[in-house]
Amino acid sequence: MNSTWKEFFNAVGEITFLTRASIRELFKGPFEWKLIIQQLELGGFDSWSVTVLAAGFTGMVLSLQFAIGLEPFGASLYTGKLVAVGIVRELGPVLTALLVGGRVGSGYTAEIGSMNVTEQVDAIRALGADPVRKLVMPRVFAITLALPLLTMLADLVGCAGGAFITMHEVNVTWRFVFEQMRESIWIVDLLHGLGKSVFFGYLIAIIGCWNGLRTLGGTEGVGLATTQTVVYISVSIFISDFALTRLFLAIYG
Amino acid sequence: MAENIISFRGVAKSFGDKAVYEELNLDVRKGETLTIIGGSGVGKSVCLKMLIGLMTFDQGSIHAFGEDLSRMDNRALLKLRSRIAMLFQGAALFDSMSVEENIKYPLIEHNWGTPGEMDKRVSQVLEMVDMPGIQKLKPAELSGGMKKRVGLARSIAIEPEVILYDEPTTGLDPVNVRRINGLILSLQERLGVTSIVVTHDMDTVFTITDRLALVHERRIAFVGTPAEAKSHDLRYLREFIKGGKGVLEEDI
Repeated sequence: MNSTWKEFFNAVGEITFLTRASIRELFKGPFEWKLIIQQLELGGFDSWSVTVLAAGFTGMVLSLQFAIGLEPFGASLYTGKLVAVGIVRELGPVLTALLVGGRVGSGYTAEIGSMNVTEQVDAIRALGADPVRKLVMPRVFAITLALPLLTMLADLVGCAGGAFITMHEVNVTWRFVFEQMRESIWIVDLLHGLGKSVFFGYLIAIIGCWNGLRTLGGTEGVGLATTQTVVYISVSIFISDFALTRLFLAIYG
Repeated sequence: MAENIISFRGVAKSFGDKAVYEELNLDVRKGETLTIIGGSGVGKSVCLKMLIGLMTFDQGSIHAFGEDLSRMDNRALLKLRSRIAMLFQGAALFDSMSVEENIKYPLIEHNWGTPGEMDKRVSQVLEMVDMPGIQKLKPAELSGGMKKRVGLARSIAIEPEVILYDEPTTGLDPVNVRRINGLILSLQERLGVTSIVVTHDMDTVFTITDRLALVHERRIAFVGTPAEAKSHDLRYLREFIKGGKGVLEEDI
């Protein structure tokens, strides 16, 4: 078997073990409130601005394109509908995940990687604590929880941005677009998007932490690992997005 | 002769294809200061890390306080780490925490006492390393020597019986080297701890050592007192000591 595949399966194995250890630590002993809340704030809450910016502009540009693209078919009135469904089912979760992945996931690798090369991770163990409990579990739990919330925010802002542009481009009232969007988004669409984002959140945090913990080679190693993490996270989001979408469609159409 | 509290027996360790130890045998006696010397990259620190379970080994056995390390579960390992503390090379202070939080870290993990008792303990150990009143500073505000001393304060906070020093004086100026050496000595006298010091600084070796061990060709090539080392017929050992400005018999 060639070495790239070997490395890949090795990584999958390590991530699986890290996941299992994190879940075990989550339910073992006193709940680590302080660490989890800290991570919710740093990784989750502090990501709201990039989320709003990305979602708002995506919603707006999407309705520009649809309004013009649908015109030859006399279907520009449906712009709001398409924008809403596109945002809630696909672009909201995926764009938010990619942004948070780049911002938070790479941050985790840089932070934990630096701790690793300066022996701080060893020190945690030597002082009687567990790095999975202190570093990995709070981050994985926090981002798995925060990403669906951020996605909801993205859905909201994306639709609002889309509605705003649709009103002007297609010349419809605010109420018309709003009703149209409300009718076209079903609860399954929402769950479809949020379900994916739960999984993306987990991926971002676990890959970021895993790559940090295996960082070697001083500050140069930290730099390399951080770049690597962004690539790993983006690739795994794209691939799992396709797989999950297929799965959800198979389940409830 | 004092009892052995730590013993390595036939320990082998390799990283991938690279063997670090083939047959490591070493005893550490209660209350002594043992220094481990050897060239760079021969695995001196590996020795310490295996001893507190930060690294596993491939063969042989390590006993600490009569217990087999390879048979320890998490709880036993936690107990071991309350008896053996380690000072890391770069001190490994947690950057995100203040000096006080750093020193409290092991106290909290080992349920040391009430918050009041912990505060008292923090100022106590900071005084021991001659740095009272710096509780609120962050590691980034400290110099290299100060970091080492705070790291030492953190290591002795839970009153360990054995302290492992990984190159405690590397990269420090002569004043700080002497200060750290003095601290190692005074801790041994005041607290009666056993110290294992990994170093390649010969001044350190001859200031603090009861016995020294040389790592050479994937095993311990020599163990004995500094006086024995100076007159030993292993050429590498004599070269090593001479290279480090230690005084050889024939020089006198």
